[in-house]
Amino acid sequence: MLPDHLLSWMIFFPLLGAGLILFVPKRYPTVMKGIALAATIPPLWWAANLYVQFDRWGTGFQYVEKVPWIRAFNIHYYLGIDGISVPMVLLTALLSFICIIASWNINEHVRGYFALFLLLDTSMKGVFCALDFFMFYVFWELMLLPMYFLIGIWGGPRKEYAAIKFFLFTLVGSVLMLVVMLVFYFGSVEPATGLHSFDLTILADQSVHQAFLRSHTIRWLCYLGLFIGFAIKIPLVPFHTWLPDAHVEAPTAISVILAGILLKMGTYGILRISYPLLPDMAREFALFAATLGLISIIYGALCAMAQTDLKKLIAYSSISHMGFVMLGMSVFSNTTAINGAVLQMFNHGTVTAMLFLLVGVIYDRAHIRDIDSFGGLAKTMPVYAGYTGLAFFAALGLPGLSSFISEALVLVGSFQQYKIITITATTGIILTAAYFLWTMQRVFLGPQNKKWADLPEISLREAFTLTPLALIVVLLGFYPMPVLDLIGATLKHTVAMVVG
Amino acid sequence: MIPENFIQSNLQGISFIGPELILTLAILLILLVGVLLPYWRHRILFTILAVAGLAGSVLPLWKLPQPAPDLTYLSNLFVWDWLTFLSKPFFAVVGVLTILLTQVTGEIDNSEYSECTILVLAVTMGMMLLVASTDLLMIYLAFETMGILSYLLVGIRARDERSGEAALKYVLYGAFTSGTMLFGFSLLFGLAGSTDLLAISQKVAFASQHPQDRLLLIVAILFFLAGLLFKTASFPFHFWCPDVYEGAPTPITAFLSVGPKAAGFVLFIRLFYPLFATGHDATIYEAVSGLDWPSILALVSAITMTLGNLAAIHQNNLKRLLAYSSIAHAGYLLMGIVSLSDLGLRSVVFYLVVYLFMNVGAFAVVAMVASAGGSEEIDSYRGLGARAPYVCVAMAIFLFSLIGLPPFAGFVGKVYLFAAVIYKKIYWLAVVAALNTVISLYYYLRIVKAMFLEKPTETIQIQVPLSSRVLLLALLVPTLGLGIYWQPLARVVSGMF
Repeated sequence: MLPDHLLSWMIFFPLLGAGLILFVPKRYPTVMKGIALAATIPPLWWAANLYVQFDRWGTGFQYVEKVPWIRAFNIHYYLGIDGISVPMVLLTALLSFICIIASWNINEHVRGYFALFLLLDTSMKGVFCALDFFMFYVFWELMLLPMYFLIGIWGGPRKEYAAIKFFLFTLVGSVLMLVVMLVFYFGSVEPATGLHSFDLTILADQSVHQAFLRSHTIRWLCYLGLFIGFAIKIPLVPFHTWLPDAHVEAPTAISVILAGILLKMGTYGILRISYPLLPDMAREFALFAATLGLISIIYGALCAMAQTDLKKLIAYSSISHMGFVMLGMSVFSNTTAINGAVLQMFNHGTVTAMLFLLVGVIYDRAHIRDIDSFGGLAKTMPVYAGYTGLAFFAALGLPGLSSFISEALVLVGSFQQYKIITITATTGIILTAAYFLWTMQRVFLGPQNKKWADLPEISLREAFTLTPLALIVVLLGFYPMPVLDLIGATLKHTVAMVVG
Repeated sequence: MIPENFIQSNLQGISFIGPELILTLAILLILLVGVLLPYWRHRILFTILAVAGLAGSVLPLWKLPQPAPDLTYLSNLFVWDWLTFLSKPFFAVVGVLTILLTQVTGEIDNSEYSECTILVLAVTMGMMLLVASTDLLMIYLAFETMGILSYLLVGIRARDERSGEAALKYVLYGAFTSGTMLFGFSLLFGLAGSTDLLAISQKVAFASQHPQDRLLLIVAILFFLAGLLFKTASFPFHFWCPDVYEGAPTPITAFLSVGPKAAGFVLFIRLFYPLFATGHDATIYEAVSGLDWPSILALVSAITMTLGNLAAIHQNNLKRLLAYSSIAHAGYLLMGIVSLSDLGLRSVVFYLVVYLFMNVGAFAVVAMVASAGGSEEIDSYRGLGARAPYVCVAMAIFLFSLIGLPPFAGFVGKVYLFAAVIYKKIYWLAVVAALNTVISLYYYLRIVKAMFLEKPTETIQIQVPLSSRVLLLALLVPTLGLGIYWQPLARVVSGMF
């Protein structure tokens, strides 16, 4: 039985849990963890139902909720989902659930951690469901507060630095977005009411744009503002420097959320806001964006190769993988590439989540993440080595695992439009394979390091967090249609809109 | 120049200054009690009298007729418009919060407490008069009532050297700028032959057609700008602000940072709008003296906010830090003045209301921590989050609101101000302000970081009394509430202009 206002329930249910946690007495940390877990299960169930019931052939928004919020500014409480949002919402619900379990070993300031985590959960789902620019912005910014504290309080040795860097970088992007948002507000007039509007579906209609919003300079600057904002989040080189710091210092579950979901918000924002609002500029910026995507692919891979810290390596590999998403999204001559890009968003979410969880497992045991200090770990922890092998092979794009399909789609599609860029990008795959295999070899193979000979094998709880992700990775590797079906119609519409 | 809609009889007009009269009565009563019962100097008695006086002062407002833009009273000295009508309760709230903060923190000695309450009431009265004035003479009188008494308030801790030094600095700057302003007024009078603002605005539009009058007009405007920029702590008259804010007792600092500042901005609106934008949205201002005043003010706004924010980064004393932050906020508020539109006016008023709660809130926490055994230095906030979670969470909320992050009221205020300049297509100022928000994040987060991310260096236990917690709650509710649903306040400010 699904409740009415399904999206609202899904977004705000974790927040109810957070409110409840605040009233649990301090001596019951397990109760707090239990509440947090309970607060993520119904949204996961609803998201799964959403996935089943979502009308794959519709190009419009579904499950729409729209009520006036602030009449003075014509702001609406406006939620709805289309084919791009559904996989993201599903991913968010799944990873939130998994991350709560992965956070079970948090024993410091338990109340604060889980309350903030649930607040983060709410704001992430809000971003993926909001259809009012103002609401989108509120959720987008709301995410920063819990993230800052989650990195800053429960993080590693340089947590303060990492937390403030994350906050500052992201805020630069956000405030630019705020300015652009207001330019659009004043640059549009809703035909029905004669009011200015924050409604993304109305703003996408180019005929509501006023004369000054049609000027090329204004549009160009607006697109640039939005693009910088989103590029910081993705992150594209050269806006990426916050990411390795944040990832390395963040606790495991937060790294998972960062890489699994937050990075997708950048590309999601481009699809949801930049493309519909400024399709002409999307075409103009396409080559530039594709080039940045390519640079991210190569630069991220090269940096990853040079790392000795396992977590930093995965952080840089994220930059590289998100480069594929950007490259695929910049192709408008066919829909293959953009389908691959959105599929890659989902796949990267699951694969990177696995990778960070796996690093967390070893770090919890050895308290170091130095690649060279291990060796022969496959003998000590064979099951762990198995999971890691699967995740590594998925990440390097082995056929039969999920990332292969999405990266192949991106490359196949983009070859039609950007020959040289695509050919160069394929070297990124080779580099990726190189550093993952090399890492595999250094950590798991070779002579056994006696120092770590008695590390305990992966626990049941840890295996429980990894298994669903592993299943998805394998399933989508053989049969990607569950996701491609979902996004196809919407993306066809998006491309048609951009091409004009 | 007599508008049609003015209250002929001065006797009838008296009822319009009811709030000020009630405040005067309250002041006299406190004086009497202080004299008659010299050995029975209970703080709570003075607090009750003062709060009752302030609360009582807003009661007559609802008996008066509907405000109208041209409803003047007492021989055209004052105007009864929505700005007047709503400013008076605003200042009463400022006064009440200050008195309560003084009561709960105990920063002012018992021997000086009654004088302190009297002065707060008197400054409040001055501010109430100021915002209603439409006559240069009355403006100056009220301006000085507010000014001179606030110098006294800054120096109220007679035995504290820093307090005295701050007061002296304030007096010197204040005397200089208000003298300059008065000179500007006299030039305006010479130009227009009247002290009535409405008459002046019409003469000025005429005078600016003549090249020989233009220079005079420019000088006059520049001179009275000095007074306004001083009161609002804007560049280039902001130098007094950090020293005075640091030296004054914290509740008084809170009072100065919202009361006289808000009064300064209301005066800005009173002086500039009739002069530059008679038709509100009109572009008449370009004709005045041939100088592009909005662009000049936009520059002042950009410099003020950047300077305030950059200087705040290195402060280790929280009162100085918040002083520089209040300079930065003056810069933000100027954005609303610059835009010279209805939306600009609304944004200034809206921002002042939310600024009242969040800024007093931040200063309240500083005062409470200091009086509970900590200090005003950032060092004593290290690890405080674990020892005094309620106060620290409140502080974090006030600071996030000051940064302008959703879902707090400060965010909405900033959206208003940004909207005002973007509406007027002054994009560069919006971008400067946006980047300033990022700079400000850094130093506000230094406090948050000290409270929550760092380990304590000292282990003193912080005990915050219940009364302080209740006061904080009263400030938190609007800071959060107006961030989530601000339609009621939006309707009020939309009705004003």
